[in-house]
Amino acid sequence: MLEVNVARRAPALSPVVSQASVAIAQSAPQGRLAFRIRPAALAGRSDIDGFDLTGPINSRISAGEGDGAGRRTALRLGPDEWLLLVGADEVDERSEAIGAALSGAAFSLVDVSHRDVTFEVTGEGADVVINAGCPIDLSAKAFPVGSATRTLLGKAEIVLQRLGPDSFTVTSWRSFAPYVRGFLIEAARHPH
Amino acid sequence: MLLIDCPYCGKRPEVEFHCGGEAHIARPETPAAVEDADWGSFLYYRTNPKGLHAERWLHGHGCGRWFNALRDTVSDAFVATYEMGRPRPDRDAASQPSNA
Repeated sequence: MLEVNVARRAPALSPVVSQASVAIAQSAPQGRLAFRIRPAALAGRSDIDGFDLTGPINSRISAGEGDGAGRRTALRLGPDEWLLLVGADEVDERSEAIGAALSGAAFSLVDVSHRDVTFEVTGEGADVVINAGCPIDLSAKAFPVGSATRTLLGKAEIVLQRLGPDSFTVTSWRSFAPYVRGFLIEAARHPH
Repeated sequence: MLLIDCPYCGKRPEVEFHCGGEAHIARPETPAAVEDADWGSFLYYRTNPKGLHAERWLHGHGCGRWFNALRDTVSDAFVATYEMGRPRPDRDAASQPSNA
């Protein structure tokens, strides 16, 4: 683990933009850990350092107290792949605790906090704005609250979470962030 | 948009997927013992059927997993999708598509 991660920074983007009923805002810095392990290696354990890994594929489980630091969110993106969301300042602490909890098992845990940028898309019609570039079905039946998946927005790969009926987060690689942000703003500006 | 039934994620749009060519082609255990003609056949010759074709597909912009699919090369219908390592399901081209 690097002691000082100079790359952990947000891209240079202009401030929050709000259009019509849908607001697009950049999230505060967040810790993100790409975690991969074969389900068999978990040996039936559901809880690793407070992260609940039992959710089905393409779901999101948030455990812990409060809203900020202390919340431990696990997005299950594939059969053996999770994206763990933690406070921006507790990445190293969580990495060590997860490593200690899994000593002896084969797994991969990579700090990707600096790789991604998250945008919050909220307000009535947020699903329509995202569907302007995202081909998956965002109806409440197909993509209910608590869903999270990797998919596409325009030409950029994103991780999409649904936090509420009209509340989404869109996470993309940092280098795609200006494109993703511009795409969302354009979509909010020209509803159809 | 064509929906493909990923064995892990369910029905998802085609643009998230990538085709990886014909499935169920086993690499010879000892390549050095294989005749040149057979090696050429392993590398380059594919069946290219009209009708059902077993193919490898990657859900790259999704769960990131490879799986196999039976696709009808005439109608482009996905008749079945199944996990890697499983045998080819016994279906005919008239079967109900998995994405219907």
